[in-house]
Amino acid sequence: MKNMTVPADPKGVDSGPHFMDGDHALAEGALAAGCRFFAGYPITPSTETFERFAERAPEVGAMFIQMEDELSAIAANIGAVWGGQKVMTVTCGPGFSLMVENIGLAAMTETPMVICNVQRAGPSTGAPTLTAQQDMMQAKYGPHGDNAMIALSPDSPQECFDLAIEAFNLSEYYRVPVIILADETVGHMHEKVVIPPADQIKVVPRNLYNGPKEDFRPYKFNSQGGHPMTRAGDGYRFHITGLTHNEKGYPVVTAEQNKIVVTHLMEKINGNEEAIVRLDEDQVEGADVVVVSYGITSRIAVKAIQDARKEGIKVGSLRMITIWPFCEKRIRALAGKVKTFVVPELNYGQMVNEVERCAGGKSKVISVNHCGGAVHDPEVILEAIRRGNK
Amino acid sequence: MSSDIAQFKKDSPMSGTLRMDRMSHIWCPGCGIGSEVNAFAEAVKRSGIDPDKLAVVSGIGCTGRVAGYVDFDSIHTTHGRAIPVATGLKLARPETKVVVFSGEGDLTGIGGNHFIHAARRNMDIVVICNNNFTYGMTGGQVTPTTPHSAISSTTPFGNHEYPFNLPFLADAAGATYIARWTSMHSRNLIQSIEEALSRKGFSFIEIISPCTTLYLRRNRLGDGVDALQFYQENAVLKHGADTRDLAIDFQEKIIIGKFVEKDKPTYIEALDKQCVKVVGDDYELYGKTIPEREAEEKAEKERVAARRAAVLAEDEKAKAKAAKMVTKISAKIPVKAAAKKTAATVAKKAAPKTTAKAAVTKVKAKSTAKAVTSKVKAKTTVKTVAKKAVAKTPVKKTRK
Repeated sequence: MKNMTVPADPKGVDSGPHFMDGDHALAEGALAAGCRFFAGYPITPSTETFERFAERAPEVGAMFIQMEDELSAIAANIGAVWGGQKVMTVTCGPGFSLMVENIGLAAMTETPMVICNVQRAGPSTGAPTLTAQQDMMQAKYGPHGDNAMIALSPDSPQECFDLAIEAFNLSEYYRVPVIILADETVGHMHEKVVIPPADQIKVVPRNLYNGPKEDFRPYKFNSQGGHPMTRAGDGYRFHITGLTHNEKGYPVVTAEQNKIVVTHLMEKINGNEEAIVRLDEDQVEGADVVVVSYGITSRIAVKAIQDARKEGIKVGSLRMITIWPFCEKRIRALAGKVKTFVVPELNYGQMVNEVERCAGGKSKVISVNHCGGAVHDPEVILEAIRRGNK
Repeated sequence: MSSDIAQFKKDSPMSGTLRMDRMSHIWCPGCGIGSEVNAFAEAVKRSGIDPDKLAVVSGIGCTGRVAGYVDFDSIHTTHGRAIPVATGLKLARPETKVVVFSGEGDLTGIGGNHFIHAARRNMDIVVICNNNFTYGMTGGQVTPTTPHSAISSTTPFGNHEYPFNLPFLADAAGATYIARWTSMHSRNLIQSIEEALSRKGFSFIEIISPCTTLYLRRNRLGDGVDALQFYQENAVLKHGADTRDLAIDFQEKIIIGKFVEKDKPTYIEALDKQCVKVVGDDYELYGKTIPEREAEEKAEKERVAARRAAVLAEDEKAKAKAAKMVTKISAKIPVKAAAKKTAATVAKKAAPKTTAKAAVTKVKAKSTAKAVTSKVKAKTTVKTVAKKAVAKTPVKKTRK
């Protein structure tokens, strides 16, 4: 993937230091990554991204459209990708629920796009203005059928900017929808965001096929990413469908073909775990207790970890920047070496199940769950670390 | 054998507009979708549009499969989402002509919201709606347009719901071109689709079409031919009809024609206008200023016009060839020979009575007149006979 990158188009890069919230940083990251199309639908607490893009679109030469609902917003994005644009949309829980239909289509048709879910407390309408991390599983298991998704979780406005670019790069290379699992706190938090000069931002451009027409295939099964696509109007007369298909894109509805397609979709992501997964580790080697966290919760956990270290507990921090694919290999490697994994998260216990699965009974796993609406009290996490050290 | 089929597919006049490598298709015998797709392909040819610059988007269902058979850029989307996908495609690549081809359940049931909003925005797309009053792919359930009292698998005692009048719906939502035909009106349909392809703005064409396997069978309306006969007898051409009067009742008259055609800025045109106000004349979309885009559009328009002229010239040639053949054939028809013979006899008989010269001139004039008449007669007779034969053979009595 790295040898495919080019410097960003300066037109979308608003270089320099800014004081902005995570939502705005997501929009700036997308523009810097070359996103020139945005179809969305307003929903708290993600609307600011949407508004920022609307404001910036005319000066950047991008297209912005507010669709009639989330169903059509994500659908329009799919259309726009096959029209040759890099696209992004932003939403939160209730909107994401509506979008999963066509996120499935995007996954099936290997359509690259970025979807930000600035999570708020649910279920249902829940608490629209309050924070949560309750859609972690939905990001992967939302669409019906087997899907391998990529999901990233920023912990600050700066990381919203950085991960937006990373998300575009991954989605272009693996031709998969990439979901940014932010949360209301990060989305609405104002911090310093430094946008580098355009030539220091590396982006993966759309890989458009330009070979002979008869050899064009919209898909290549068993490929590990980097397969070129096309766009309407280039003369390749592509066909794509949500039906089980062959490499030409034509429907082939058989169990054998389904095996080929599903295996390809799953393995191009799961098989590249090492290339995709990014972790932020601190003193994990030799630790007795490892706090596995992500998003805003990881910043709350810092206080608990510092306090625990003052008490002499050997505690490490493993912050998951990549949520999906899950950092299975890393957790399995640590299992048995550490006494306990402590997993604080703003939900009733979602990623903790993954940690538990990979720990395989070799290390204890403590879930520090929270029903959302606010962040943890660091004291609760500290208490869990103490218990884990016993 | 298989190579013969391959050759046949290659030689097909539809090769280049339909994906012959995907034939045969899934549609039932008697279904109207096939002839609609043929009409569409023909309209594309005649329009002069570059097939490489045309994209077709379909939803789910029998008509949803259209995208898979047309040899253009094509997307088979999820149920009801053809219009938003087409919207995205159009906005992302404005130089592409985008056509949505889907069924009434897909477009106005599950996709109804997208339909009205695309019409409201005057999104520059052509929406072709195959209206067969039924969800065919799932086995014949009631749709938003199933006439009152018609039987479907989910209204086994007759439909008690009130159906949509689609042209009225499109009109109310702001569509700028609205027409309705039946799958029997191929020529009108070709012309109408061609018209829609050649204009800007949200164009909506509804095609009333038979679902033989489900709707016709359940309602004991016979087969595909019976349906076409029904359309022939009950379709009433009424251009410019008030869209409020276009409701379709069970087995009642169907008003067809072009009802609405008006100019209004498209979504992108309206957006451009606003953005220029804010950004100024150097406003760009995807790196192209408005004059640049307009110049490109103009150039493409000229190319399309040239292609269209070539197609029409080819058409004229074919027509002239056909006319020549008709003349040639008519010349050999015995009726004419008989007429000549009679003329000659008359001339011979008349000769002794009057001066030869005068008689010859007279008869000559007569016979020429006669010959012409007989020629015309022969022509019309041949036509009438052919028409009768066509009309007679396939028509069956409607089963009641």
